[in-house]
Amino acid sequence: MTQPAFTLDPARLAAAVRRGERPALAQALNLLDDRRGDSRRQAAQFLKQLQAGETGAEGHLIGMTGPPGAGKSSLTAALIGVWRRRGLRVGVLAVDPSSPVSGGALLGDRLRMKTCADDDGVFIRSLACRGEFGGLSAEVWPMSLVMLAAFDVVMIETVGVGQREIDVSRLCDTTCFVAQPGSGDSIQFLKAGILEVPHVLVVNKEDMGAVARRTLSELGTALGRAHTDGDWEVPVLSASATAGTGIEALADTLAAHGKVIRDSKRLHERRRGYAAQWLLKRLQEEFGGHGITRLGGERAILEQLAGDKLSLFEQLEALRQRLLAEHQFPR
Amino acid sequence: MSQDTVKRERPWLMRTYSGHSSAKASNELYRMNLGKGQTGLSVAFDLPTQTGYDSDHPLARGEVGKVGVPIDHIGDMEALFDAIPLDQMNTSMTINATAPWLLALYVAVAERQGVDPSKLEGTTQNDVLKEYLSRGTYIFPPAPSVRLTTDLIAYTVEHIPKWNPTNICSYHLQEAGATPTQELAYALSSAIAILDAVRDSGQIPPERFAAVVGRISFFVNAGIRFVEETCKLRAFGALWDKLARERYGVDDEKQRRFRYGVQVNSLGLTESQPENNVQRIVLEMLAVTLSKNARARAIQLPAWNEALGLPRPWDQQWALRMQQVLALETDLLEYGDLFDGSPVIEAKVQELIAGAEAEMARVAEQGGMVQAIESGYVKRELVVSHTRRMRDIESGELKIVGVNCFRETAESPLTAGADAGIMKADVQAERDQIAALQAFRASRDRAAVADALAQLRAAAVGGANIMPPSIACARAGVTTGEWSEVLREVFGEYRAPTGIDIALAGQAGSAAMDAVRASVRRSGEELGRPLRLLIGKPGLDGHSNGAEQIAVKGRDAGFEIVYEGIRLTPSQIARAAQEEGVHLIGLSVLSGSHLELVEDIQAELAKIGAGDVPLIIGGIIPEDDARQLLARGVEAVFTPKDVDMNAIMTRLVNIIRRRNGLEELA
Repeated sequence: MTQPAFTLDPARLAAAVRRGERPALAQALNLLDDRRGDSRRQAAQFLKQLQAGETGAEGHLIGMTGPPGAGKSSLTAALIGVWRRRGLRVGVLAVDPSSPVSGGALLGDRLRMKTCADDDGVFIRSLACRGEFGGLSAEVWPMSLVMLAAFDVVMIETVGVGQREIDVSRLCDTTCFVAQPGSGDSIQFLKAGILEVPHVLVVNKEDMGAVARRTLSELGTALGRAHTDGDWEVPVLSASATAGTGIEALADTLAAHGKVIRDSKRLHERRRGYAAQWLLKRLQEEFGGHGITRLGGERAILEQLAGDKLSLFEQLEALRQRLLAEHQFPR
Repeated sequence: MSQDTVKRERPWLMRTYSGHSSAKASNELYRMNLGKGQTGLSVAFDLPTQTGYDSDHPLARGEVGKVGVPIDHIGDMEALFDAIPLDQMNTSMTINATAPWLLALYVAVAERQGVDPSKLEGTTQNDVLKEYLSRGTYIFPPAPSVRLTTDLIAYTVEHIPKWNPTNICSYHLQEAGATPTQELAYALSSAIAILDAVRDSGQIPPERFAAVVGRISFFVNAGIRFVEETCKLRAFGALWDKLARERYGVDDEKQRRFRYGVQVNSLGLTESQPENNVQRIVLEMLAVTLSKNARARAIQLPAWNEALGLPRPWDQQWALRMQQVLALETDLLEYGDLFDGSPVIEAKVQELIAGAEAEMARVAEQGGMVQAIESGYVKRELVVSHTRRMRDIESGELKIVGVNCFRETAESPLTAGADAGIMKADVQAERDQIAALQAFRASRDRAAVADALAQLRAAAVGGANIMPPSIACARAGVTTGEWSEVLREVFGEYRAPTGIDIALAGQAGSAAMDAVRASVRRSGEELGRPLRLLIGKPGLDGHSNGAEQIAVKGRDAGFEIVYEGIRLTPSQIARAAQEEGVHLIGLSVLSGSHLELVEDIQAELAKIGAGDVPLIIGGIIPEDDARQLLARGVEAVFTPKDVDMNAIMTRLVNIIRRRNGLEELA
């Protein structure tokens, strides 16, 4: 594919993304996925332009996670239906695992998220997590920025067991954990403390009856406490993507949490936080833990970032240059 | 011994699976075939009819009259059986999701012919469960599908007693890759799911239930390993007898008999040296006829050229004559069972029974066949089996003459003619059908149609048997699309698991595979991101083996694969390609509507600004059409003779490289 001319002009691409033009969205996502050096530099320029527009501030970034088979995609599909009826435009980033042997992946989530074919208000991009054992790859955050520039609600859906679920919560305004009825997994996570992360818990498949009700009560009694974020008591909901029940309430609850975050004026601070996490991840990917140490450790980097007036991408470039200049990392 | 001193068995029903273009053209074909000594009819419906769309629905474009006859309403059904008295005919209808509707039309036509519906004989396939695994003409989710199947069975047992209301199919399981053991296990597990549902529906009093069991028949496949296939059918009989006796308490031996019809294997028919298919078909026919105790009740044979395109009347006649020669010229029907008492046969039968019972137990543990389908278990098992088969063909371990060995051939006079040895579809048929349908709609009593549909909806919602209001709809002039739309609204639609999320060990030590992986990885690095391939099945065709195998192989090779299953619109495919940023789109079409679908997809891609994504296609595509597709910008056309999967993958990589300005790899 020869790249259309506007990709060469970051400002024009950013403007087209903000207008929600689908070819531009696709191009921007392809660009952010592209690991070639030239593309990386273009991507940084593009993101700088995109952030200069201050868009996305009103958008709601939601992480959806949970064990395989819990029905996350069906639930996402049902939520898309509700959001569309409410006039909201929706972007989805669906993260699937890839094969450690071949690097290949099956990106099958679209199947379960089937919505009206000709609806310009929905855009789904699948991502393979490409060897990032347990974690989300570094492309996810900048891609979510692109989506936020064009859509009212952006959902990052990921098979979450352990690290990946913590990762997604570090990227999103609101994290929703989908529990599978009858599986001990959810309770196990809870005991391990992992379930302190999500803001909303939902037991899917309430049409299964007693099994779902038992899981619901286990989660409810085991949790029922305020989120570490403050100002928010974690609700435990029941829904069925198949039967279409409890979806409106789930959408309401997600929106309510989004409002709490916005009203508390912490949104900007939180999103700076995602950005810093992304920067660390990029450095980690390129230079390993050793590189982070050489820069004085995570905490020092984050402190330095907070006091810096440079854009994030310029900061990243500056830190990279510092490390490269030390000749410790011949490229 | 002269023939008149020996008591010969009556031959099986001889049919040809056929239907095309229009009801009128198909009626002419049927009457011609009956004139040639065919003793029953086997109706092939087109895909819009099978999936519940009228001929003028957007999804029907290019599909009308292609793989069978279009039936939009009672007028079409009447034309289909014009001058064929239904009380003297035994008609098999390959129809599943819309089976209650097509049977309702058949009943209504019988009434118009002055035939008492209770005298009708024939079969509705009416096995939706296997449609979720193979073939893909399901519409509704499993629960309402089982309910419709149940309604049809309960209705015919009481009102059309000689009808075979369901033909549980192992045929399509084999096409989807099933081993003989899996065929036995999944077909019988399906039969259990259906019989349990009929029993639990309370529509049949317990004392009449043996009659229901007695009406269940099967539709079986016979592959080229004809000794094993013979044993499979003997195992089927033994297992069914046991099931009927032990699970359903059927005392009458006749009601426990394993009754089956057969179409021999089309999957194994080859495009290369297609004349070899003649001996394949004959050998496969032996599998279902040699053993008297496991002999088919009805046989239909494919034509030798099915892998090339649509068979002509002469090709179908040749298939019928094979049956006639075996039944009438040979002495086969003069003897009792040839295999009773053979320890070799008996050992193989017992091995198959043991394997099947073990797999049936695994399905039962999961809650039964419906649950095992919904969870994706059965489909995954089939995809694994089929993938193994493809690997064995590719490696040469499984020999297919003319395909992976002995490929040198003289030019065949059979395909040298101007028609290249196949029938050309009538391109005018779709337009004519749509015009006739629209005229029919305009001529109806609208109030009667609305009233009949309201009663249908009430039954669907309320749980009353669906057949009586469906027959009323047929009489009132309701169309196939209208009948289905009401049920779609009540029951919803469904997407079945694709089964491609299997974890197969990579092909260890395969240098060819390593080379492919290396070129996929290298190309991904050169292009900055991993190669992405969208596999799309546009149109109504549900034969997804090819798409699934390319998806599985592609992932093994290192592609990121986007596959969304069957029955996608051109717009869905184009949008998915754009949203997912794929490097290449691969389409799979087996229904013959490739020209129209490719045209539509190219138009959609251009419309949304994604016209630069290259396109390839695989399917049963005649050479003339392949040339046209290439001329229209399709990068490559793959047909059943392309069995070297590594070579296919290398071509895909090179298409992507060329399009992105990189040099091709060897």
